Amino acid sequence: MTTTDTRIVGPLVETPVSHATGADFVISALQSARRTILQFFRTPQLLMLGTVQGALFLFMFRYIFGGAINPGGGLDYVDFLVPGFLVTGILWLGMPASSGVAEDAATGVHDRLRSLPIPRSSVMFGRSIADTALTLWGMSVATALAFVVGFRLHAAALDVALAVALLVVAVYCFTWIFITIGLVSNSAQAANGMATLLVIPLAFVSAAYVPGRSLPGWMQPVADHQPFTVLSNALRSLMLGGSEAVGLGHSTTYWVALSLAWCAGIFLVFATIAVTRFARRR
Amino acid sequence: MTPIIEARGVRKRFGDVDALAGLDLVAESGHVTAILGPNGAGKTTFVSGVATLLRPDAGQILVAGIDAGAEPKRVREIIGLAGQYASVEAAMTGTENLRMVARLFGLGRRDAAIAAASVLERMDLADAGDRLVRTYSGGMRRRLDLGASLVGRPQLLLLDEPTTGLDPRGRTELWAAIQNLVADGTDVLLTTQYLEEADQLARHIVIIDHGRAITAGTPDELKDRAGRNVIEVRPRSAGDLPAVEEALARIGSEVPQTDLDARRVTARVDGGGDQLRDLVRVLDERAIEVDDVGLRRPSLDEVFLAVTGTHLDPTDPHADPQSAVPDAA
Repeated sequence: MTTTDTRIVGPLVETPVSHATGADFVISALQSARRTILQFFRTPQLLMLGTVQGALFLFMFRYIFGGAINPGGGLDYVDFLVPGFLVTGILWLGMPASSGVAEDAATGVHDRLRSLPIPRSSVMFGRSIADTALTLWGMSVATALAFVVGFRLHAAALDVALAVALLVVAVYCFTWIFITIGLVSNSAQAANGMATLLVIPLAFVSAAYVPGRSLPGWMQPVADHQPFTVLSNALRSLMLGGSEAVGLGHSTTYWVALSLAWCAGIFLVFATIAVTRFARRR
Repeated sequence: MTPIIEARGVRKRFGDVDALAGLDLVAESGHVTAILGPNGAGKTTFVSGVATLLRPDAGQILVAGIDAGAEPKRVREIIGLAGQYASVEAAMTGTENLRMVARLFGLGRRDAAIAAASVLERMDLADAGDRLVRTYSGGMRRRLDLGASLVGRPQLLLLDEPTTGLDPRGRTELWAAIQNLVADGTDVLLTTQYLEEADQLARHIVIIDHGRAITAGTPDELKDRAGRNVIEVRPRSAGDLPAVEEALARIGSEVPQTDLDARRVTARVDGGGDQLRDLVRVLDERAIEVDDVGLRRPSLDEVFLAVTGTHLDPTDPHADPQSAVPDAA
């Protein structure tokens, strides 16, 4: 550093560092992540929403709609449902990140962070790590409950491990959509509204909760190709013993590869937008 | 000596609004500089420029001689920013908040703990350090926010309307905290729309309006420049206000101003003592009872009125605290 701070500020002289040069990327990302995670676990409303919401939805589909839905191929609806349910958890559990990010922008937290000598991109990476952890927390609770209401795995341990890994990757990549929504919204309410408009069609116009063929014909081309159908098919194939066992046309590898392609695309596009947007000087 | 802030011809446009329209400003090291101006004058925009949050369309801002446009990272190493909101995390304790910011400034775990403890002490929050910020009063939050901008031991502290929204007690406490800092030698740039605040805290005041610096100087210099002293009368009964106004009209050099709410009539006068004596005689002849009568120097509001032709009104109902760029509104 060419500048040396020779100013003596009261008792702070005890601090042996003579000049603040700023945290590196990793420390800065972890500190940002820690803040978001503490905020979640110490704010009852957030904790309740993130923990109980999944359980409510699961009960609703398992016991209220489930009786009317026939997944075909001799599958139990609960076995059919849970993989799709976990996949749409990416949406439902990821949504609150939008209002969280918008709130941080509106209350000056972002300005404070942007005024610090840290790599600006680290803040949003920290946020994405935290939001992934929180979504996975909600999914863990939902998964435990899924076993209670009768869900059983029908696959080899390796396939189940792959399913979990795919889910983690997907959660991480899709989180960036919600972060981006938060950054481009003017308020937490606006962010929440925008996220809802995105989440509802993505979650329901898909094969996540019902077999794709039960949707009206005009809806099928959209539903068949959107990422949450692809992810549901991949997870179902991995968890229930292969794509033939769940009545799908392509191989398990096909669905997993297509899922990963979607994840990579979403990550590249939205992480770029979010990081640029946060770092830019207006 | 290099000024702590030197701004030349800074321009920034948001849509159709010129938030900054060629602002020139020099803040010397060693004292508090206050930017005083009404809502929308460009205060926040300017501070954001100094803090490297936005890039001016034209002009240059030097912070301790460093070009904020060309070397933002070096500027961020020597500034601390406390914005218009207490941007501390409500779900973390005071200590956790300060340690986090200290870590972000690059301090190690141990040093961050030491820095956080000493800042809490200085902000008179040591007892509340282990409580969640959610339980703090508004004034405590602002003090913690001020503390958060200090843990990196900045050379320059930027305070954007630090007391807006605080009750009088919180304001007084925050003023005391700021005065302490100054005594320790941190340079401070603060923006305010409260004249009293600028008068209390700053040795150098820059008055800005419509994105331009209109005048600058010490509070005394500004008052001298606004010229005439002011005679102020508060009759006991509001019914006497017109009579007082009439009496003052004969003595003052300009049309008197009547403030009904404060039950007060003021008028600028060319001299001082003679006019006051005359006035008291007239009031006595007419048997008007007064609660207060006095001669005083012009207030900063009158300075503002003299240089801009409009009043500075911090109670502006159109002020929008939610707007991301309030000064551009």
